Amino acid sequence: MNTGRLLAAFLGATTVALLVIGTVWPVPSAAAYAGRTGILRSSSTPEEAVENLGDEIRTQAWGKAYDSLANKAQFTEPELVHDLTGYYPSLLTYTTLDKFEVRPLHSSANEAEVELKLHWATVVGSSATTRDLRVVKNGDRWEPEWPIVKEVRVPPQVIPVNYLRWDVIYRGAGDDWGAQDVEAPHVRIVDMYPVERADGVVILGELLNEDVVPAYVSVSATLLAKDQSPMATEGSFDKISHLLLPKQVTPFLIKFPDVSLSNVGSIRMTPMSALIAASADPVIEIENEQLHPAPGASLTGQLINQSGQIVNVAHVLGTFYDKTGHVVWVADEYIDQALLPATAVPFEIRVPEDLARNISSQRTVIATYSAGGSL
Amino acid sequence: MRARFAVVLGGLAIATTQLAFAEAGSMTLPKTVEAGAAFSIQSGGSGKATLYVVGPGSVLKRDVQLGETTFFPAGSLFNAGHYVAILAEDSSTESSAFDVLPASSPTDLSFLARPSRLPVGLHDGITGAAYVFDVYHNLIVAPTSVSFELSSPSGAVQKRIVETQDGAAWTVMDSTAQQGIDRFVARIDRISSARVVEQVPGDPCGLKMIVEQSGRELQLRTDPVRDCNGNAVPDGTIVTFTEAYKGGQSTVDAPLKRGIAEVQMADHSGATISVASGVVLGNQIRWEK
Repeated sequence: MNTGRLLAAFLGATTVALLVIGTVWPVPSAAAYAGRTGILRSSSTPEEAVENLGDEIRTQAWGKAYDSLANKAQFTEPELVHDLTGYYPSLLTYTTLDKFEVRPLHSSANEAEVELKLHWATVVGSSATTRDLRVVKNGDRWEPEWPIVKEVRVPPQVIPVNYLRWDVIYRGAGDDWGAQDVEAPHVRIVDMYPVERADGVVILGELLNEDVVPAYVSVSATLLAKDQSPMATEGSFDKISHLLLPKQVTPFLIKFPDVSLSNVGSIRMTPMSALIAASADPVIEIENEQLHPAPGASLTGQLINQSGQIVNVAHVLGTFYDKTGHVVWVADEYIDQALLPATAVPFEIRVPEDLARNISSQRTVIATYSAGGSL
Repeated sequence: MRARFAVVLGGLAIATTQLAFAEAGSMTLPKTVEAGAAFSIQSGGSGKATLYVVGPGSVLKRDVQLGETTFFPAGSLFNAGHYVAILAEDSSTESSAFDVLPASSPTDLSFLARPSRLPVGLHDGITGAAYVFDVYHNLIVAPTSVSFELSSPSGAVQKRIVETQDGAAWTVMDSTAQQGIDRFVARIDRISSARVVEQVPGDPCGLKMIVEQSGRELQLRTDPVRDCNGNAVPDGTIVTFTEAYKGGQSTVDAPLKRGIAEVQMADHSGATISVASGVVLGNQIRWEK
């Protein structure tokens, strides 16, 4: 009994002692996360000045970040915050900075250029943005200049939009058992191709909505061994445009990690479709699509929202074909800024280097999400 | 009471072996009874007994005087199926089986029509199945003629008369060449059940666009889009415009609105502009300023 009390007293005293030590002499990172002080360096070099700025962005210490800038007279603090997190609700609005990388580009005695790569943790995964910062020496300190991208102003105008929308009324619980329900949309897999990659098997393909109503779609695949026993089942998850309007085609990609194609006897594809209330707008133009060969193989282009409605999140899916028209690869990218009407927003989809030389054409589709609307 | 219940259970067991002797012993009862009809069971002998009638979803119990006729009024038994009548006396049990058959006149029809939406011009694309029931919702298994009629807005009518087999009749019909809401009716005498079948246009046919200069941009517009039967393809159908030019390509997926798809794209002299919808390709235009 006495031993137990002694142990409890010892643990209590130790806890209090550690709390006091942690409060009086906190580690810099803990203090930074608590918002008390930054883990700031002296800003005696251009890299340190940019690292300090990165830390302030990560802890969302917007006031300190703004104060540390050499060119703060050119914009306000809210403009800096909006430049980083979006002027309109977008993928970056509800994100935090996961980490950042600083890379010096060049420097002189009073001026330097430093690349700041920001890795944002978004709901759809990591999103990286890169800014090249000019850093100037002010006395014994270096101060970065923020390359502000000011809000794009859409000129006042009226954009006539003839909104087209589908709503669905399903059968009721009290209907006779023989009564019809609304028919699920008819969809069809128009292309399917398994590919062996270093990390497993990937199934690529395209799905067509051949109906006259919008469809919520997804595709799953089951790999069957040579004795027809099921090996694994996976779905397309977000490597597909889930909303398909009539006669629209989406690519899909299904990954089977750690599976060898030589062990696969056959593949069972299961497309799923359901009726969904949807709108035919907005219409997004994909302009200036360009395929860039390896090294750094990619598809670049610009998205232009031709409607009057702001698109908060856009998902770009690229389908890549070889000379014979077979699907070679499917890749995607989420756009981390809102699409304003008639405003071009660039995108870049990376393509595996080893496949790039086989690609001769591509087709790009956009899935969009607008606040208050549906995908 | 427990002893009597045991006797009844024992009687049920015995009854299963006595189905072929429905009128055996002192009990006389009809071999078949129409659902809902009145019937009677005659018992022989003298004294008192209890008569049980056990069948699907129902049990009847009567205290009877042996040697008299027990009357069951109309509506006593209405679930079609196999029944057992058990006459339980203090010292013995007698049982006999009979069938309750569905009423002969149909009063209800369940009609399944599939699909509710399909493209025009599809051979055997529409199926209809009808199930015939009596007033007590018993499936009438006796052959009954069911008339199926599919009428389209154009006035065309497809009609089939099918005899039921084990209570069900089914047929297949073609979707017609004209889009619209078809009325699919199954009928027996004056009883009918109707469903609607929506016939929708098929894939676009002869998809064609024109290109015009509109300021510094190009205006691309399709002709009214129709399927191969001349039906207007519905609004919302996606039409893909692709402009391929030196060093790049631009694409727009535009929905049909009021029968046509229309977009504006950048003006690139020498560009090849094509149009498609789903897996259907339209015309191709080489644009020169």
